[in-house]
This record gives sequence, C-alpha cells and structure tokens, in this order.
Amino acid sequence: MSWLICGTVPNENFPLTEGHCEVAGDILHVGNTGIRISRGTPALAATASLAADVLGAERPRALLCGDTGNGSGSRKLYKYLVDHSEKLSEYSGITFHYLLPDVDWHNKVMFAIDELDKKPVLVADAGYMYVAKMSGFASSYDLFTPDAGEMAFLADEKAPHPFYTRGFLLQEDNLVPDLIKKAYEYENAARYLIVKGSTDWIVSDGKIMETVSEPNIESMEPIGGTGDSLTGFVTAFLSAGYPMIASCSMAARANRFMGYFANPSPAFSISQLLSFLPEAIHSVLKT
Amino acid sequence: MLKKNFLKPSLFRRLFKKQTGENASGAGKPNISSMGMISFHNTGDVIAAESCLKKAGLDVKVMGPPPEFRTGCDLVIQFPIVLNLQVTGLLSEAGIKPIEIVPVYDILLEPVSLFNTKDFGDYLMIRAANMKITVRKSDLEIVNISGGGCPDVPYLAENLISRSLYEAPQPRTLGKTLCGYALQLAYEEMVRQCPG
Repeated sequence: MSWLICGTVPNENFPLTEGHCEVAGDILHVGNTGIRISRGTPALAATASLAADVLGAERPRALLCGDTGNGSGSRKLYKYLVDHSEKLSEYSGITFHYLLPDVDWHNKVMFAIDELDKKPVLVADAGYMYVAKMSGFASSYDLFTPDAGEMAFLADEKAPHPFYTRGFLLQEDNLVPDLIKKAYEYENAARYLIVKGSTDWIVSDGKIMETVSEPNIESMEPIGGTGDSLTGFVTAFLSAGYPMIASCSMAARANRFMGYFANPSPAFSISQLLSFLPEAIHSVLKT
Repeated sequence: MLKKNFLKPSLFRRLFKKQTGENASGAGKPNISSMGMISFHNTGDVIAAESCLKKAGLDVKVMGPPPEFRTGCDLVIQFPIVLNLQVTGLLSEAGIKPIEIVPVYDILLEPVSLFNTKDFGDYLMIRAANMKITVRKSDLEIVNISGGGCPDVPYLAENLISRSLYEAPQPRTLGKTLCGYALQLAYEEMVRQCPG
C-alpha cells in the first residue's frame, strides 16, 4: 500500500494534482506537474521519495495544490479529501503538511477518515499540526513532528497558533520533558512525537523513548526545509514498514547525517542537502 | 473514537457585546473598555488594515481572538475605541471590509513579543515566534527563511531569499497569515539590529 502526502506549493496557478512523486535534480514531479524543491511540502515529498528509493519501498503519492496564503488552494485540497474519502483507505498512511489551518475543514476531513473501515496512519506537521491541535483532535493522530517551539505551542492549552504561545522562546532542552507532559495532560499531542531540535525527542504516549543528539550540525537550524526533510524521512521509514519508534529514531539520525555529510553553511538550500540523502540512510542502516 | 470539540461561533456575540458597555457575562458589572477590536474575513485583510491604520498614525495592535472565536489562522486588530469612526472611514477608503468592530473585554491573546538572536559568525539568524530569518552579515543578503507552517511561508521565502534586507519586499506586503506576520516581526528586528 502506498503513502499519501498532502500539502500546498507556493504557486497560485499550480492545480490540484495527485500522483506519484519523482525527483529529478531540484525538481519534484507529481503527475504531469513539477515544482522546485526549496522547502515546505515539496521538500518533504522529495525526501520521502528519495528515501523510499534507497529503502526499496514504493514512492509516496502526493496531493498538492497551489496556495500562497489566502487559503483557496488549501480549501480545494481539504474538499478533495472529503469528496474522495473512500480512496483514503487505500493508503497505509497519510502525512498532512503545509495547509492553511481551517478548523471546519479539518474536522470534515477527520470525520470522513473516522468513517473508514481501515484508518491510515496519520502524521501531521506544519499548518496541519496546528489545526489538528486547534480542533481538539490531536489525540486522534499517530504522529506529530513539532520543533521545540511548536512543542511549547502544543503544551499551551490556550494557544491557537504558535504566534501566541506563552514562553515560546524558552526552548532550552531541559524544558522539553515538561512541555511534553503538559501537551499530553491536555490531550494536545498525537500518540507519538518527534520533537525536533538540538536534541530530537522521541515520545510515545507521553513517555520519552529515546533522544538523538548526534551528529549535531548547528547550521541546519536556519536552513529552510530541514524540519520538512525529517518529516519526509519518517514518512519513508513508516511507508517501508518499519515500526513507529524505529522509524522516528532512524529519521532523526538520517536527517542529522545528511547535514553531517553536507557540512552546510546557513546559506545552504535543502536541495543541496538532499544529494547526501543516500549516504545518510546507509549510515543509519549500518548502525 | 474522535474527541469532538465543536466550536460555537455564536459565542462571539456573548464575548463581545456590541457597543453596549456590558461585560461578557452580561451580569451588568461595569466593564467599559477603551479599546475596540476589528475582525476580518482573512488574515491578509488584517495585515492590509494594520498597514493602513498605522500609516494614518493610529495606535493599533494585532492580537489573537479568544479560542472560542477562532476558526483557523486568525488575527484581529485592537485600536482605541473612540476612533471607531475614523477607523471605519480609513478602512472603507482602502476598500477593506471588516466583519465587525466591537469593544474589547480584556480577553484577547497577546502575541509573542520577544526575539531570539543566534550568531553563526558570518550569518545572523533572528527568530520571532515560529519564524526565522537569516542574513549574511557582509552584504545583508537574506540567505534563508525557516520555520512556520502556513502556506505563505514558502511563498515569502521565494520572494525574499537572495535579496538584500533593504531591497526585499517587507513580509507584510506579501504575507497573509500569522506565520507571515511573525516573519514581519523577525524582519523588523533584523533591520533594527542591522541598520543599512
């Protein structure tokens, strides 16, 4: 069974498109359309597709639509998911990504998925993770991949968006366990979490299962798309059939190794890092 | 089974008694506010309205609506309620149509107002809320934008990266969401720390 990645691309003229992902150079092809891999959902889908090739797994499919922030493309995508919900049971999992948070549409999608006989594994990051928490349905998801700041957002039961999170900038690693505890206390977390940061925290039902800190490449933080690539990695490992905790752990390490081999400056792009993806996965599989 | 948390937009009326001076519970306790709140159909309108009102010299502030009123990526504008007429006129002249203008009862959410600065040697990164902007110190070129989760983030990045901090469009002119607004704050802090 294949995996579906849902998100937007920064081009208003990009039509609603569904198809297999294929990467050629710095272009992600989905169906008959192509988009440059710079960050966001194209970076996630490209990572997942390239990683699937290395792992010998089926390349993911992607459902993309152009949206530069006014939400029109996001709403087309939400509607497509609701109108074609019966197709969603054909996927082993769905990764939701850059979509404009819209509680009403999110809930329609959630109700449609809940009606399925076989529910796919649900992964959410970026805007879709925001709306999943905002809606009160966070605990219906299998995996969220917040960074340390977004973890503070999940932990703040009153915050509707990271923009309003109390203590957002207090991201010291020693605060993360408390933030995790609070997020689960208010049912604002998915069953599993990868909390991305200088240390990656892998969490199951509120319990910290593993931390990954090495190799630590500080210059990856400013590079747009390095969080998206981690979510792409975990999508690929899950799609290849690895268990959840193992997938999270290998994804965290693969993303770090990609940075280690690329040795980037803060001016690098994610597509420059992706050329080191095969090497990174092989390093993880060896350990 | 899903944990259902239905939103009740009708709560808006209970929370914001329109221009009456009653408090949110309606219990009659005096709760006169000097501030008003303007709600809009989308965040793009909020950003445009903020620019318009600030340009006119008004003391306005972008805030978050209370959880009961939010529908997604929401923002509202707080302003001195006595300027209601002027605000209405300015927005009308600018072609911006608010949903409504109501008094505030001390329940709006404060946005993040602190910045985090990280020095990478040749590069400087500033984070506001969930958005980060990085420039090369030698020529102030914007080399990266990261963080965020709303669809205008990749669009903003495409339009700002590889351009000088002082030649790039301000995020507020292209952004439409809270993430775009956070990037504007980071951008302004970068301009403050790196005067051209």
